[in-house]
Amino acid sequence: MAVEVRLPTLLRGAAGGQSVVEVDASTVGEALQALAVAHPALSGQVLTDDGSLHRFVNVYLNDDDVRYLDKLETKVVSGDVVSILPAVAGGCGGRGDAVFDGAPAAPTAVLASPRRRRR
Amino acid sequence: MAPTSTEALLISRRHLDEMVAHCLAAYPEEGCGLIATPPGLALVERCYPTRNAAGSARLYTVHPLDHLRADRDAETAGLVIAGVFHSHTHTDPYPSPTDVGQAPDPTWHYVLVSLRHDLPSVRSYRIVEGGVSEEPVLVEEERPAVPPSGTPGRRADRAG
Repeated sequence: MAVEVRLPTLLRGAAGGQSVVEVDASTVGEALQALAVAHPALSGQVLTDDGSLHRFVNVYLNDDDVRYLDKLETKVVSGDVVSILPAVAGGCGGRGDAVFDGAPAAPTAVLASPRRRRR
Repeated sequence: MAPTSTEALLISRRHLDEMVAHCLAAYPEEGCGLIATPPGLALVERCYPTRNAAGSARLYTVHPLDHLRADRDAETAGLVIAGVFHSHTHTDPYPSPTDVGQAPDPTWHYVLVSLRHDLPSVRSYRIVEGGVSEEPVLVEEERPAVPPSGTPGRRADRAG
């Protein structure tokens, strides 16, 4: 089955600048393996060495996150679109204050809170 | 210490307000979202508030489906997702070790909205191989487009 794999900007360089790669596959996992065969520089970027999905990427079949389908076993048919996007996460972290290195840097935007009152 | 990047992030007042409003609405959890620019330009053209799939006051995860929708919308508009914003509810607007450790893309803008003080503050960073450099945020104020309550064609400077 010919399916399209859409790459995030971060991975396009490893695929000769292409944003879409067409591969032949019957599952999402096969599509990702075929992608790595076609573009070896992508090996290890999407699938880990043991063949599971890297935790820092999200993979979608059309409009659905494959983690909520059958993961890599999810079946694909011709015309399906498999999209890869980086998982975007962070936060102030589990403990106390974030480290602030004390560099006040350039003036940046400081907004007046809409509820702020000055008396 | 001067920022090592010579680039600045350009953003309109409307988009900046959108980011801050989303973070205030998400409080006490961290708020997050994505920003889109024309390819290769540090000019925010669209702002996509997203759900925080982590649902936490100390962590955020851009909801994967919101990310997909934003990515498609940006592509349709000829833009690229070029950064992420999120709030620190009780800490300064500086990337935490968690932020640095999980930063996926060296070309992205990492915008921090701190709600620590009465006045929210917004700063932007590049994160390259664990190194953090701040970039200035230049805010474009809205230009008055039409005279208030004016009808098309009426001169704005007409004495009332």
